Amino acid sequence: MNAETFSLPKIRVRGRSIMALILCPEAPFSQWFAALDQQMHNSAGLFDNRPIVVDLGPALESVGPESVLVALDGLNARGLKLIGVEGVRQNALTGTPWAQLPTNLHGNVARKARSDVAAAAAPEAVEAQAPGAPSLLIDRPVRSGQSVIFEEGDVTIVGAVASGAEVIAGGSIHVYGALRGRAIAGLRTGGEARIFCRRLEAELVGVDHLYRTAEHWGPDLHGQAVQVRCDRGALRLSALG
Amino acid sequence: MSKVVVVTSGKGGVGKTTSSASLGAALAQAGQKVVVVDFDVGLRNLDLLMGAERRVVFDLVNVVQGDAKLAQALIRDKRIETLSLLPASQTRDKDALTEEGVGRVIDDLRESFDWVICDSPAGIEKGATLAMRYADLAVVVTNPEVSSVRDSDRIIGLLDSKTQRAESGERMEKQLLLTRYDPARAARGEMMSVEDVLEILAIPLLGIVSESPDILSASNVGCPVTLHNPGSPAAQAYSEAARRLLGDNVAVSIPREKQGFMSRLFGRKAVA
Repeated sequence: MNAETFSLPKIRVRGRSIMALILCPEAPFSQWFAALDQQMHNSAGLFDNRPIVVDLGPALESVGPESVLVALDGLNARGLKLIGVEGVRQNALTGTPWAQLPTNLHGNVARKARSDVAAAAAPEAVEAQAPGAPSLLIDRPVRSGQSVIFEEGDVTIVGAVASGAEVIAGGSIHVYGALRGRAIAGLRTGGEARIFCRRLEAELVGVDHLYRTAEHWGPDLHGQAVQVRCDRGALRLSALG
Repeated sequence: MSKVVVVTSGKGGVGKTTSSASLGAALAQAGQKVVVVDFDVGLRNLDLLMGAERRVVFDLVNVVQGDAKLAQALIRDKRIETLSLLPASQTRDKDALTEEGVGRVIDDLRESFDWVICDSPAGIEKGATLAMRYADLAVVVTNPEVSSVRDSDRIIGLLDSKTQRAESGERMEKQLLLTRYDPARAARGEMMSVEDVLEILAIPLLGIVSESPDILSASNVGCPVTLHNPGSPAAQAYSEAARRLLGDNVAVSIPREKQGFMSRLFGRKAVA
């Protein structure tokens, strides 16, 4: 220690949690990227300025190490903002333009670490948070152009979600009204999350990393009370009751 | 107790200015002291529809910037004594307006008028947000077609977040004025139904004005339709809407094809 140490400014570190979308490229890539292009075309703006984490686990398993660069280059070429990679070891990226991307951003890991810290620091605060997952209740319609983003848990909306509006939840989404805009559930809970709505007229629904636009479901479900969930790796829409 | 009303829509060409002039005139005809304020700086039209285009000396921008007194800029209507117009500037743009300046003008207007009707420009930018900023009540003008309805929905979202009322946690009252309604096309299913529009926007209905040549001819002579042709269905629709604004319980009727007034018994409850 010398005198200089004392004159240096204090570094302030703050924590912030942000919501990232997770993309999971699958082989064969030509088809997967074609589907992605169509998705981006059909729902312009879905990925605009959203941080993206790429899950390379399945690609690595089915294709091999060479898939890593192909997938990342393909996503980069589409202007997506990659902030992290998962399902792959750091050394697989060494020597590539992606060497700087963190490979340990997994949400569950981060959440566990954070609550450990909280438990050590203030046990009574943790107890207060303990009962149940947090949820957000919105007691009026979500209007066109509005965005409801609640990454901590479930979102319940008493009213409609308008065309051009979006609801993004860490857990499930419940819409007691017509769902006409976009709903993306399961950013935190993954495939466990579901979307429920009184009337399906949505532009896009998504759970975990799976998406469907209106043209993918037939007229049969249009206007019906519907639930959306993940079932063996596919998004399943079914009429309620 | 004066009321500030913004007439807004998001989309252009749906009838905001016509509705501002007609509702303003109808309220004045009912004995209220009314000023209609044109917020469409750079594209002013309200003076034309009210037949005052040759009498504009000072405008809203002059008053906001302190170059003219409010009394110098206000134009009193020649047909109804209690109706006044505060015109917009045609040579400036919306950046000439400031939030504080507009607030001051609105406060001054509140002191001398029962109703301050702000005719919003189209869009969701500065002009539109300033027009709605100090409003107590919004009249959302919508045509029965999808793009107009979606834009109105967007505007309702802004009314619930960007107005002074919303920011102070108060409820912003919003009412729907459905304009350019065509009963013949609605009967053939070529147009969104009144029920569909109400279901999507989920705000109370202030009135339904049918598409009508009476409105065009009133515009052409620079006279609000409620003065120019008071017996026309459009004028009646605006007069009834004005009565609802005044708190009268008048049922809203859905215009039917040809049958005209006789079928106006098919009442719909006005404001919930």
